[in-house]
Amino acid sequence: MTSDPAGLPEDVVALIGQRQYPQTATFAVERSFTDNTLAATGNGNPLYWDEGVADELTGGMTALPTTLSLWMRPHYWEPGAEGEQVALKVHFDLKERFGLPEAVMTDNTLTFHDPVRPGDVISHAQVLRSVSGPKTTKLGAGRFWVIDIEYRNQDDDLVGVESYTGFGYRREEA
Amino acid sequence: MGGLQLSGVNEGAALPELTVEVTPTTVVLGALASRDWRPMHHDHRFATERNGVRDIFLNTPNQAAWIERYITDWTGPRGRLGQMTFRMRDSVFPGDAMTFTGRITEVASDDTGCGWASLEITVTAREGGEGEPRIATTCSARVAVPVDDDDNPWSRRGENWKPSTPGSK
Repeated sequence: MTSDPAGLPEDVVALIGQRQYPQTATFAVERSFTDNTLAATGNGNPLYWDEGVADELTGGMTALPTTLSLWMRPHYWEPGAEGEQVALKVHFDLKERFGLPEAVMTDNTLTFHDPVRPGDVISHAQVLRSVSGPKTTKLGAGRFWVIDIEYRNQDDDLVGVESYTGFGYRREEA
Repeated sequence: MGGLQLSGVNEGAALPELTVEVTPTTVVLGALASRDWRPMHHDHRFATERNGVRDIFLNTPNQAAWIERYITDWTGPRGRLGQMTFRMRDSVFPGDAMTFTGRITEVASDDTGCGWASLEITVTAREGGEGEPRIATTCSARVAVPVDDDDNPWSRRGENWKPSTPGSK
């Protein structure tokens, strides 16, 4: 049963525009993760290394803007969790719903609002924006989808929005 | 504190080039720093046999962090990122020389007086640092730059901070 030109099942159409999986991080923002990212990329920006510069420009230490998604990524394992813990659950739901074992992210837009600071506790919700009809690329046959994630801090201030385009696919048989 | 100001930003000008030799450590360190535990970023067998690529490869959040570093190396600490849109066209693997190039596509001030530079950035990769470079990632970015000595884009909040590219969401 389909209800739109992309040939989407009704249950998938019903999810478009809905806020799903609202979640609050299980850990507070830590400076050490910013330090790890700075080290991994050889980033010497004094805004993140020099507290005097941070005090002058941002009123104290902040997290690198591009670490936005990091604060909602689940631990690899934690007590009570079953199976592999994955971020961007809507993406994995779509892979399963359409029977597409592989996936890649093709496009990503990050919009940065209020700075994230050590000690903040971040929350987010995932919104499915669109799903394409069947497509074939050099990777295989599958579908593209767009998922937005809105991030807020403990004061409900918007700190960022992330929009992902994913391609779920099945590899072509040789 | 010195640093780039909007008067020193010229449309059409190029940013300084940056080249990085990518190693397995680059890939794994970046994935773990971004809390990305997916195996294609640390498990060679998974990457080659399940994903069908030649090695583990840089993950998306880490590529964003590399591009942020490239931009703020140019702006200095007063530069404040507003928005980045990037498209991964090919993967970056250990053994690649990863090169960042950038060009200023627009210089503007918004209706709050905030100064903006729009950039087009290209990340290319050359296997073994030789042969034809392949385009790995392209990025359109918008970064706020001080308009004068007294301006600090980081002090902007609420209606005075408009990070999205006009016309985008």
